[in-house]
Amino acid sequence: MIEEPRIGVFICHCGVNIGGVINVPEVTEYASKLPRVTYAEHSLYTCSEAGLDAIRKAIAECSLNRVVVASCTPRTHEQLFRETVKEAGLNPYLFEMANIRDQCSWVHMHEPGKATEKAKDLVRMAVAKAALLEPQTEPEVEVKDASLVIGAGVAGMTAALSMANQGFKVCLIEREKGPGGIVRRLYKLYPTLASSSEVVGPLVKAVKSHGNIELMTSTTLKEASGYVGNFNVILATPNGDKEANVGTIIVACGALNYRPPQGLYQYKVLDKVVTQEELDGILRRDALGKPERIVMIQCVGARKGEIRPSALEAFPRSDTAELLRKILKARKEEGWPYCSRICCMNAIKNAILIKENSPKTDVVILYGDLRVYKEYEDFYKRARDLEVRFVRHIEEIPPEITQTPEGKLDVAAYDALSGLEVNFKTDWVALSTPLRPRRGEVLLARMLKVPIGTDGFLMEAHLKLRPVDTNVDGVFIAGTVSGPKDVSESIISGEAAAARASILMGNKKVRTDAITALVDEDLCIGCGLCEELCPYGAPKVEVGKSKIREILCRGCGSCAAECPRRAISMRHFGDHQILEQVKALLAPAG
Amino acid sequence: MRKAVMVIGGGIAGIQASLDLANRGFKVHLVEKDPSIGGRMAQLDKTFPTMDCSICILAPKMIECAHNRNVQLLTYSEVKGVKGSIGNFKVKVLRKPRYVDERKCNGCGICAQNCPSEAPNEFDENLGMRKAIYMPFPQAVPRVMVIDKDNCIECGLCDKVCPADAVDREQQPEEVELDVGAITVATGFDMFDPSVIPQYGYGRLKNVITAMELERILCASGPTGGHLIRPSDGRIPRNIAFIQCIGSRDRREWINHPYCSSICCKYAVKDAVLIKEHEPNTVVAIFYIDLRAFGRGFQEFVNRAKSEFGIRFVRSSPGEISEDPSTSNLVVWFEDPTTRTVHHNSFDLVVLCPALIPRKGVGELAKILGIELDNYGFLKSADSVRKPLDTNVPGIFACGYCLGPKTGDVPDSITQGSGTAGRIAEVLVAREAS
Repeated sequence: MIEEPRIGVFICHCGVNIGGVINVPEVTEYASKLPRVTYAEHSLYTCSEAGLDAIRKAIAECSLNRVVVASCTPRTHEQLFRETVKEAGLNPYLFEMANIRDQCSWVHMHEPGKATEKAKDLVRMAVAKAALLEPQTEPEVEVKDASLVIGAGVAGMTAALSMANQGFKVCLIEREKGPGGIVRRLYKLYPTLASSSEVVGPLVKAVKSHGNIELMTSTTLKEASGYVGNFNVILATPNGDKEANVGTIIVACGALNYRPPQGLYQYKVLDKVVTQEELDGILRRDALGKPERIVMIQCVGARKGEIRPSALEAFPRSDTAELLRKILKARKEEGWPYCSRICCMNAIKNAILIKENSPKTDVVILYGDLRVYKEYEDFYKRARDLEVRFVRHIEEIPPEITQTPEGKLDVAAYDALSGLEVNFKTDWVALSTPLRPRRGEVLLARMLKVPIGTDGFLMEAHLKLRPVDTNVDGVFIAGTVSGPKDVSESIISGEAAAARASILMGNKKVRTDAITALVDEDLCIGCGLCEELCPYGAPKVEVGKSKIREILCRGCGSCAAECPRRAISMRHFGDHQILEQVKALLAPAG
Repeated sequence: MRKAVMVIGGGIAGIQASLDLANRGFKVHLVEKDPSIGGRMAQLDKTFPTMDCSICILAPKMIECAHNRNVQLLTYSEVKGVKGSIGNFKVKVLRKPRYVDERKCNGCGICAQNCPSEAPNEFDENLGMRKAIYMPFPQAVPRVMVIDKDNCIECGLCDKVCPADAVDREQQPEEVELDVGAITVATGFDMFDPSVIPQYGYGRLKNVITAMELERILCASGPTGGHLIRPSDGRIPRNIAFIQCIGSRDRREWINHPYCSSICCKYAVKDAVLIKEHEPNTVVAIFYIDLRAFGRGFQEFVNRAKSEFGIRFVRSSPGEISEDPSTSNLVVWFEDPTTRTVHHNSFDLVVLCPALIPRKGVGELAKILGIELDNYGFLKSADSVRKPLDTNVPGIFACGYCLGPKTGDVPDSITQGSGTAGRIAEVLVAREAS
């Protein structure tokens, strides 16, 4: 099989991190006597330039063909060491790491003797596996220099323009008849009180006139297949289906305003109980007049209840569609658990617009917490200076709305400061409702294999570190599709998603990890269990045998673990390699 | 040949901008005024609401910066002058002397072990000590020591013991001029000094600390090794209060930070939960004005903090903190707004959540770059709705908290970092084409 292994072992002190606990020279001496080890040395920092030079030099001088580094964690340093052995002419997968810091010196810092023995065990195991390592090739794919942007709201249009200006072809699809998204329907925007057309107008004009952008309205995504660099999509257009081939996809299909069910706060029962979205329309049409009073109620259908994990357990993670359907059904009645981030400012904006037009109108805002984050505090002050009344009420007791004999509305709420019931006779009631995920995401999430969160919005790859990436390579998210955002936040996320997608398209090629599943066709009975289990759609049974499409495989190992015939193994983590490590642990060589 | 670009500030926003630009094919000069990149995120213990270890998720990105061939790290450096315009900026950068040769030092730390002179450790918010020759923190990038000349006694011991012959006590400041096509500023924030409000006793009462000091105390690599103890007597505090809006949302002229800092409610809830995980029997109260738990997953996190961890939320802004001199315990005086009565509760430790304010020196930097500041002293967007990441100077952009609290937290900073990378690629590639 493979050439006779000549293994080099490099043991790191990591300053005092490892060296302060473990007797590194002793472990090095021990390693040098292990079978197949040709060379062993230790250094203060193997990852320093000097340490890396030593590795390259030893590979050349001692004809090493396998390298083991015993140091910190592969999470941060494996890539660096792989690159180093590659520079010295070895295949980067002929490298193995033993974590003697996080898993040894840090956790056993009060038992240096035992820690040193454990470090020897860990090094011995790594050496045993290293002997069986095989070279691997990272699949490389071409990336089409075109992108599909789903949704022509502000986030989608911003992303499309950014990519188009960088020379990439963009197919921008929009389900509605025209671009502009939810912002187009707004009247004015906080905090500048610019009219929404001032923001949407220039974007629409730029998108329509850009030679690199093909805008397709009344169009939805019908089917998607393929993988990063090479997605094949079928678009349902008014003129029939159209196919496109793109390298990246940006999902920017936005969110919807939640409409309360009929009867909640007398919505759809009494005429003058409206949502803020409807009030926006009334203000735009200048149809409000100069009422004596308007009462706004915050958090209608937001920050309500919690989705209990137990309710979610019944749904396997792969079935996002079913999960979302369940969430949507529950939320329709109860409202959403999250804070929608924008409703406080939105209410204040409408309050200011009303006050500036009709100073005598008494505007009352009933709230629990006023979340005017960032610099919007000034905007809040502007409303207070205009004598908008902010009344903190006891949220647990929802206000009751009745009609008075003279045809006005009566809002009864509990004032949180006094604890007493207060009544407001009013002409209008405006309900501040949250943004909620769209139902259309059910299909979209399923087609693109992007998971959704328990809040019903699409999930980012990492909530902190990768806010516009998804866990599907080449698919990105922008705007409110991943949760409520205001206009400037949506624009920023559109820019960010475009930047991330452009990196892939600009590099023209992308390499994916070589650690993928491998099918032994002699053993495979074509039962299809792997196909069913795989969250990424990598295996496909063809002519009675499972075939893995490497580019889709993320190396999670679910298929290998479950295969009833043990026909599937993982590259770089083969059963024989892992068993050899276990054997080395149980039968100390020296 | 593609134009080089410059990123000023090596915190999480600047790191993300640098990596995205480098991977897009631009040569990036990343200028950081401190000896290591990492910024504020490196100092945090955990991040909300996922409770990831902050440095553990940041360090790989820092290392990526160091190893990316397109990124040139200019740490311990400051921008001193800028000429030119979009596509053709000439930037003067002053490289401050580390008194250690970056090319030779391998960060082994033997010099620090031998150094006889100590100084307060800035990275630990001055709660612990470091040597006069030191590594800013264990995961610092680059892994190069630096000598703090103010505290160096010129004994020369570091020079003698250094196995790499890297110490260069005669090193001089060096000025370099760089040609770049565009610049993004990511200089971050400072914390408001709570001693400015004397009634809270910060600096006077030992057991009144800031939230950043608490982060270091909770952190396993911090001055107490991750043991939650209070400063006066090293005892484990059993009763802890957080006070929000210290300096934020405050229009008093001598404070003048009228804005909401955007992150304090969220990190206080996170810290409260962390404390409960460290010491489950501790009683934790959070004094607040409005609980601003916006952002994905956050309302849900607050719900858990209440129901699962029993954190007490008190809607009141305390007026004063006094001390029982015999125990150093603290008495927090506050008004219950419902009953309009004044209460006082005793606590072992009080954590103040100060306003995030413009970084010291950002005014001078803005002057050098010719960019405008807003009323609060943060960088001003060209258009806060339509062009939030552009400044008034074409080709100069900004991301992260230097733009003010419009950046809530880490994901916002990262989104903005990627966003400016997108803007720069957009304008420079379009210029190349035309």
